[in-house]
Amino acid sequence: MAIEITERASSSIEAIREGIASGSHSAVERTKSCLAAIEARNVEINAYLAVDAEGALAQARDIDGLAADRRPLPPLAGVPMGLKDVLCLEGMQATAGSKILEGYRPPYTATAVQRLRDAGAVFLGKVNCDEFAMGSSNENSAYGPVRNPRALDRVPGGSSGGSAAAVAAGMAAATLGSDTGGSIRQPASFCGVVGLLPTYGRVSRYGLIAFASSLDRIGPLTSTVRDAATILGVIAGHDPLDATSSTAPVPDYLSEAERPIAGLRIGVPAEYFGDGLDPEVRSAIEQTIERLRTAGAVIKPVSLPHTRYAIPTYYVLATAEASSNLARFDGVRYGYRAKSSDTLSAMYRRSRDAGFGVEVKRRILLGTYVLSAGYYDAYYLKAQKVRRLLTQDFLTAFEEVDAMITPAAPTPAFKLGEKADDPMAMYLADIYTVTANLAGICGVSVPCGESPEGLPIGAQILGPHFGEGTILRVGRAIERTKLK
Amino acid sequence: MSEAAKDVKVDVSLADVRRVAELANLELNSDEEPRMLHDLAAILGHVAELNELDTSSVEPMAQVSSVLKAGVSIQGVLRPDVVVPSLDRATVLAASPENDGVYFKVPKVIER
Repeated sequence: MAIEITERASSSIEAIREGIASGSHSAVERTKSCLAAIEARNVEINAYLAVDAEGALAQARDIDGLAADRRPLPPLAGVPMGLKDVLCLEGMQATAGSKILEGYRPPYTATAVQRLRDAGAVFLGKVNCDEFAMGSSNENSAYGPVRNPRALDRVPGGSSGGSAAAVAAGMAAATLGSDTGGSIRQPASFCGVVGLLPTYGRVSRYGLIAFASSLDRIGPLTSTVRDAATILGVIAGHDPLDATSSTAPVPDYLSEAERPIAGLRIGVPAEYFGDGLDPEVRSAIEQTIERLRTAGAVIKPVSLPHTRYAIPTYYVLATAEASSNLARFDGVRYGYRAKSSDTLSAMYRRSRDAGFGVEVKRRILLGTYVLSAGYYDAYYLKAQKVRRLLTQDFLTAFEEVDAMITPAAPTPAFKLGEKADDPMAMYLADIYTVTANLAGICGVSVPCGESPEGLPIGAQILGPHFGEGTILRVGRAIERTKLK
Repeated sequence: MSEAAKDVKVDVSLADVRRVAELANLELNSDEEPRMLHDLAAILGHVAELNELDTSSVEPMAQVSSVLKAGVSIQGVLRPDVVVPSLDRATVLAASPENDGVYFKVPKVIER
């Protein structure tokens, strides 16, 4: 009995579903409670860009109908969720945080979103993010910054800032985000929630507005590791609409997460604990490592020697791909078109100039530069080669260990405006996260402590390709030992 | 890595910024040009650190699939080449700034 209570407290998704099944609450009540939190707090936090209260309540009533008929409830029955505004849900806006897509309503639904709906999730609305998912603070949204619910003068991280803040503020039980260089894990760390980056190919990206296609992933932000495991189990799996999605079987992540960690080999890469790491973050991660050791894990030092080259490699490849992907926003098929342009080329330029924000333009210019004649070999091809070296670092290290533990971000949440005028300082906020995207491996950020000021600190657990079961298992162990 | 503003000389000129903006179909105003010049030079200065590495015998990596073990490969999963229904024309056109019900409309392409 005691175990049952602990297990319930460790999963909001299971508590919601079981409560609906047993009649202790209804899906409508749970949805209304999130809508009330949005009503009360969104004015200051700005996590939601669009709320569909009517639609959400209708979905919740359907779930309550199933429960009333004593029909089996799907895995996410009645779970109120928010979706990052780069994900398409037919009929609802998808702005990508950009003026260029203001008012755009996609005519189709992303595969990951459709799978959530089929599993009984209730969609509350679309949440804020950096424009086209480009940023580490959510200050690049054309619809205003998101504030960190844990400290309103601080950023929530980015680019999935709205996704992390919504969960932290009780404005959703869980959300979906996207992660191209840390955009799920870093905001999860800043807001004190769990954020999962699945392996490249694990989750279909059909219906995700593309930023850098060889790096982009979709993943959940949740209040517990079990919730992340449940959602991953729903959204993972092959999709004929995304040729990069894997046919690898989808294991039972919930039971994987509960396996003991005794004997598990966890690596500590020295390169992630060097200069620039905040001493409070270092201390929190070191204490977490000791807790894992106490729980029976074998802690081993490992080396990822090319780590210092990850940020420049990332910003060459991500911007190159972005410059290509964002060429489609031209005022022809959807989105903003500048008025009174006499020629087609003037219309393209004026629409893009008025529609894109400064960070998006900066990255398009950089990406175009590194791909342009005379610079392609020196920058783009060079970065692709270093990408292989960075990936080899991981493949070699994962021969010795089953998972690794690192900080998710070098500092706790910083203040709004603190890095807004210095792109290079902002890029360095992703220093511990970008390499997993380059290598295609999986990772999860799990709350592991707080700074003396009470700001959340996240530990990042990295795993090999398709090693989600293992990293969720380590994450669950961190969560469990923290409760003591 | 932490000393962001490493003094690596990278030659980016205002002409480069303008050329790249033109390639990218962006129209920068006179305030944006010097700012972008400054930022591009700073970021490329950082990127120049990659030249410390000898990569002459390293194959470029464009996609994650090239490093995955057999069994979890994401290659060779192309769908069958058969025609399936696509999005409805009227629904798609409805999202466009200007159309005539059949085609997207744009300003004139050829200048006289």
